Amino acid sequence: MLARYAGTRLTVGLVQVLGVLVVVFSIAAALPGDAAVVIAGDDADPRRIAQLRELLGLDRPLSVQFGDWLTGLLGGDLGTSVVSGRPVTAMLGSALAPTLTLAALAFVVLVPLALLLGVVAAVRRGHRVHRAVTALTVAFYAAPEFAVAIVLVAVFAVGLGWFAPTAVGAGGPLLMQPELWVLPVLVLVIRPVCSLSRLVRSSLITTLDSEYIRHTRRLGVPVRRVIWRHALPGSLTPATQHLARVADWLLGGVVVVEAVFALGGLGQLLVSAVSSRDIPLLMGLVTVFAMITVAVNTVADIVAFQLNPTAGLAS
Amino acid sequence: MNPVTLSALPHLSRRSFLGLGAAAGAVLLGACSTSGETAPAPTAAPRDGGRLRAVFAGGGAQEVLDPHKTNLYADVARANALYDKLVEYGDDLGPVPRLATAWHPNADATTWTVKLRPAVFHDGRPVRAADVLYSYQRILNPANALRPRASLEVIDIARSRALDDHTIEFVCARPCGELANVLAAFGAYIIPEGTTDFSRPIGSGPFTFVSFEPGRSLVTARFPDYWDGAPHVDELEILTAPDETARINALLGGQVDYADDLGVTSARTYESDARMQILRSPRSAMSAFAMKVDRPPFDNVDLRRAMFALVDREELVTTVLGSTGVVGNDLFGKDAKYYAADLPQRALDLDEAEALIRKAGVRNTTIELQTTGATNGFVEAANILAEQAGRAGLKIEVKVTEGSTYWTRTLDEGVLSSFRSGAMPIETHLAQRMLSTSAKNYTQWRRPEFDALFATASETTDENIRARAYQQMQSQLHSEGGLLVWGFSDGLHGMAPHLAGMAENAPSNTLGYARFDRAWLS
Repeated sequence: MLARYAGTRLTVGLVQVLGVLVVVFSIAAALPGDAAVVIAGDDADPRRIAQLRELLGLDRPLSVQFGDWLTGLLGGDLGTSVVSGRPVTAMLGSALAPTLTLAALAFVVLVPLALLLGVVAAVRRGHRVHRAVTALTVAFYAAPEFAVAIVLVAVFAVGLGWFAPTAVGAGGPLLMQPELWVLPVLVLVIRPVCSLSRLVRSSLITTLDSEYIRHTRRLGVPVRRVIWRHALPGSLTPATQHLARVADWLLGGVVVVEAVFALGGLGQLLVSAVSSRDIPLLMGLVTVFAMITVAVNTVADIVAFQLNPTAGLAS
Repeated sequence: MNPVTLSALPHLSRRSFLGLGAAAGAVLLGACSTSGETAPAPTAAPRDGGRLRAVFAGGGAQEVLDPHKTNLYADVARANALYDKLVEYGDDLGPVPRLATAWHPNADATTWTVKLRPAVFHDGRPVRAADVLYSYQRILNPANALRPRASLEVIDIARSRALDDHTIEFVCARPCGELANVLAAFGAYIIPEGTTDFSRPIGSGPFTFVSFEPGRSLVTARFPDYWDGAPHVDELEILTAPDETARINALLGGQVDYADDLGVTSARTYESDARMQILRSPRSAMSAFAMKVDRPPFDNVDLRRAMFALVDREELVTTVLGSTGVVGNDLFGKDAKYYAADLPQRALDLDEAEALIRKAGVRNTTIELQTTGATNGFVEAANILAEQAGRAGLKIEVKVTEGSTYWTRTLDEGVLSSFRSGAMPIETHLAQRMLSTSAKNYTQWRRPEFDALFATASETTDENIRARAYQQMQSQLHSEGGLLVWGFSDGLHGMAPHLAGMAENAPSNTLGYARFDRAWLS
């Protein structure tokens, strides 16, 4: 049953990716200006723009450009960036590494922390701990990432010198350099921890109040075991779905965090692709993003299905 | 349907918002850092050695090592490290000899003889006339669509030739009295003959190539045989970070020694901070409004003069440039060679403006001002101008439009638009923007007698005749032209307290800008 469910989800996912590609190409093509105008820069000579257009193949009909690109994609070739002249796959590769590293580290911190806070807040309802956790999560949830990032850098990097203020000039794999990733991961985790823990708390409270849990308690099962083994798994469906959205957000490259810490990830590459009207690069990024989104949501649905098969299929 | 106007809304871009954030961070940090610390005074004698790291506002994906594709400031810094031009612009935008030591015209300035100095490329080959010709051929090949082509076009490269290894004869397609301006054009760097691959670039510049990672870092090393003397530092690393906050934090945190292109807010915040020196590139950008003189309502010279009179330049400079600049006098190139400094400085005169507006009969018409949020300060200046015009009884409606097509659109469309320009010689500005044949004539200023004056200046090799012609042209533009030049702003950069030897009075894109071969770390 699970295999059939997964198969359906994957097929739907593939159609979704293709749809997204067509839509994004059409929107990108409809944007005012093109790469030739951007490369020529401000106050440019119109004759040069025309020459650039010819040189970059931007004077071809849009259907031909999209057709060529799609043919390349089917052969595993994402083409060449019209602005940098470098292969799109190479550009994606170098930007994917920091984004993936940050997303993975953020997840490692996020999931246990959010679960713990959520459970504590649910179990200690009305207690001082609960009120403190709630107040803190609301406060941090309201703080925008860039403000948090700027304050953290000012205090812990520039002021105290515990961490590097930015990744400017840093080489080598990000994972091996905690002084570079601790602050960005902290910034990335703050908001999701707040939203996720509150979600865990509210659904756990609902479960704890249910007849099923009361019955388990009456049978004499220890409290700890009731919470972690019986109540929690059943309360995780909404949290899993939310976690999928968080994963999607992180894997898309959080632009503000990448900018403040000068981590050249997918988010910054996307900003650059759109602002320079670099359609091959943009399409490459969109392909990756669409695949990530579909994959993450499929996994989340499957996990939710596993956790709670009686709830039926989410799709 | 009416166009969307944003004139009533204060414009706060993401960039300026982040800038404010950075400033807030600085204030916060100021509160917790130990005060009274002073930086060690830079020693007078240059010190050799060390790695100098400079961070620029790169364009990530757009970064290149092909010097003829130079576009961003980061590209300029990289090209300045690796390559040379024949001539560069000095602080006053006048020519400074580089690989060329001398240039002499024939009687009608149609043929120029240019002498090269002894210099070598990084691989030991000498810089020869053939390398210069190859570089210019590459730039001038229309199929390559390179930016310096528009400036070099006056050179008839097919008829130009090498007289010997160190002498070139340039033939001009028309008389060119100031060939040196052409040789110093943006991006006109000299590459070795036959170069097609720039993955391991070889030039004749002060630093040799070590490694390059686009969007991140270029590492270069001191070139001991540099003709202008080997640099002080062992290594120069050019880094990029698109975000201003990141550049400032990298400088404060000691990750870099130089941070290019800071905003006005940040520069003011750190001006008196011991952890940072502020370096100014004076008069690096001209801020203006372009009125199209060939169509109503600005075909009426009274209205143009009314505009000149109603604008409060001081207010614009204070508000938009944060006082990091000076007022303009409706002429390009303040403090540059041939600038008509003796023309009276215009000041706010509302009575005259109102009288002229009445005379022009435009009191009840609404004039649309095109601007874009893509260039810092444009929308702010446009809104202030609209308000100032209102005080004189003229209605200006600000229309904020999309950025990437802004320059191609405002070249031909509309009547009034925000305009700005980097520093360049006055001759280049006039040639590109003010002649009947100019490709970038934003004000649509087309006057045969003006073109004739320009031809006189180009054809002559007599400095006095040329100076007089430029004076007359500027005088015409000052009284009847379509460019309302309200200010000149400084480029602002941050330096670590231990960085010394940087040129202190160089406008952006001139010889002293983004050059690190004279710099040292104390």
